[in-house]
Amino acid sequence: MKSGKTSVFLNGFIKENPILVLILGTCPTLALSTQAINGIGMGLCVTLVLMGSNIMISALKRIIPDKVRIPCYIVIISTFVTLIQLLLQAYLPELNKSLGLYIPLIVVNCIILGRAEAFANKNSVFDSMLDGLGMGLSYTVTLTIMAAIRELLGAGTVFGYTVTANLITPMSIFILAPGGFFTYGCLIALMNKLTEGKAKEKRAADKCMGCAAAQLCSQAEEGGAE
Amino acid sequence: MSTKHTNLVVSSAPHVIDATDTGSIMRDVVIALMPALAWAVYIFGYRALVLTVVCVAASVIFEGITRKILGRSQTLDDWSAVVTGVLISLNISVSMPYWMAIIGCFVAIVVVKQLFGGLGENFANPAIVGRLVLAIGFTSHMGNWVVTNRMSLAIRQAAADAVTGATPLALLANGQEVPSNLEMFLGLRNGSMGEISALALLIGGVYLIIRKVITPEIPVSFLATVAILSAVMGFDPVFMLCAGGVMLGAIFMATDYVTSPITSKGKIIFGIGCGALTMAIRAYGAYPEGVSFAILLMNIMTPHIDNWTRARINGVEKGGAK
Repeated sequence: MKSGKTSVFLNGFIKENPILVLILGTCPTLALSTQAINGIGMGLCVTLVLMGSNIMISALKRIIPDKVRIPCYIVIISTFVTLIQLLLQAYLPELNKSLGLYIPLIVVNCIILGRAEAFANKNSVFDSMLDGLGMGLSYTVTLTIMAAIRELLGAGTVFGYTVTANLITPMSIFILAPGGFFTYGCLIALMNKLTEGKAKEKRAADKCMGCAAAQLCSQAEEGGAE
Repeated sequence: MSTKHTNLVVSSAPHVIDATDTGSIMRDVVIALMPALAWAVYIFGYRALVLTVVCVAASVIFEGITRKILGRSQTLDDWSAVVTGVLISLNISVSMPYWMAIIGCFVAIVVVKQLFGGLGENFANPAIVGRLVLAIGFTSHMGNWVVTNRMSLAIRQAAADAVTGATPLALLANGQEVPSNLEMFLGLRNGSMGEISALALLIGGVYLIIRKVITPEIPVSFLATVAILSAVMGFDPVFMLCAGGVMLGAIFMATDYVTSPITSKGKIIFGIGCGALTMAIRAYGAYPEGVSFAILLMNIMTPHIDNWTRARINGVEKGGAK
């Protein structure tokens, strides 16, 4: 086990991979992983929002009253999302267009609210920033890998470059919804195989930490429902 | 336990045992599919037979390998993989490249059947999903409907390049001339390999019903719904019954034991649902044909239908015991 800051940063890549282990943010993952470039674009947007909101929430954790913390988190998160969207509109209008609705929807992305609830409101500002960076980058890497697989199988290209030399007919179902679920399922299975189920056990214990209703929910005491 | 030489036999149900087993039922299905396959070979040539052999071999090999990897007992002797292989080949275009057909078999056997636990555990008909993955995954190859000299004049005249052409349902959607009802019934048309001849499929269906492999509820309610709805919507019922995959679907795909309801009432609901969805997709959908989507959707509905039509326990009031 690596100590302290490094482990906070690396946590997100394998052990608590937000997409493949915590199963957070599934909707944008399935919808946007049709092209590798979308994966990088969306991933970096989420990383920036996640770092910003983690820093802010960690800094304000003593000021925000416990009872209204979720609305407060949403206000902070949506501030950063608005910033990102305005920046994209100004400097990367094409990426903004292809990500479309999913940029404003980052506000309700479970990864961001989940990390705010599970990490940022209990840890120091610097640790929260590292957590946001690690989680965000692992989201980016995972989303890009998944999108590259789907783009390769479904369109025969990666990052828009043709790699199969048009020798093989691409299987267009992979850039449609069913292909998204196929790829997602296979990656989760691969992840469980690589970590020999350790990551899965971790998920069961962690599931309730990311859930806003954990305090009210009786299942939380039993380690979460399956 | 040997009970051969005793006069009194004490055993639990079932008490009547005959030679029927999964293998004999599946062999009957394969036999019933032979007229349709023979007709496909007559119309499309020997490639239809080669494609079928490839699909059967791929399905059987995938089934064997998957069960070996998953550490389960080998079940190749139940012939279900053979049936799936034949059905996939009869559900695709004769011009389909072999490797694409093999992908269809992979999806059907490995993803739909074995990953969900093998025969009896699959929630959807493997051959239907295999066909749909090919239809959505390789749209252009799947829609490559070969035209041969043995087909009706209407089909050949409409074929732009005399090699491939639109199916009767696509001709109808475009408002072009369609083959006559007799030509449709005999199968002088293009389409998926096994769906073209209503006559050949009906022969197989009658054989299955006589052999008690299937009961008539699903095919009859499916076909009747299609006929009634097409009459109501202003189509020719005979054309609609013979066109597309209705016959193949109603007789061979919708009657799969695993993915259709158990009770008679449930089977009739299932058949009506299939027919209604088929006609809805044909009349209003983006695709000219909707039989496989209809059957897949009703496959997913099957557990609910079984729940609604649960048999009443004797001596218990309606809605009493759960």
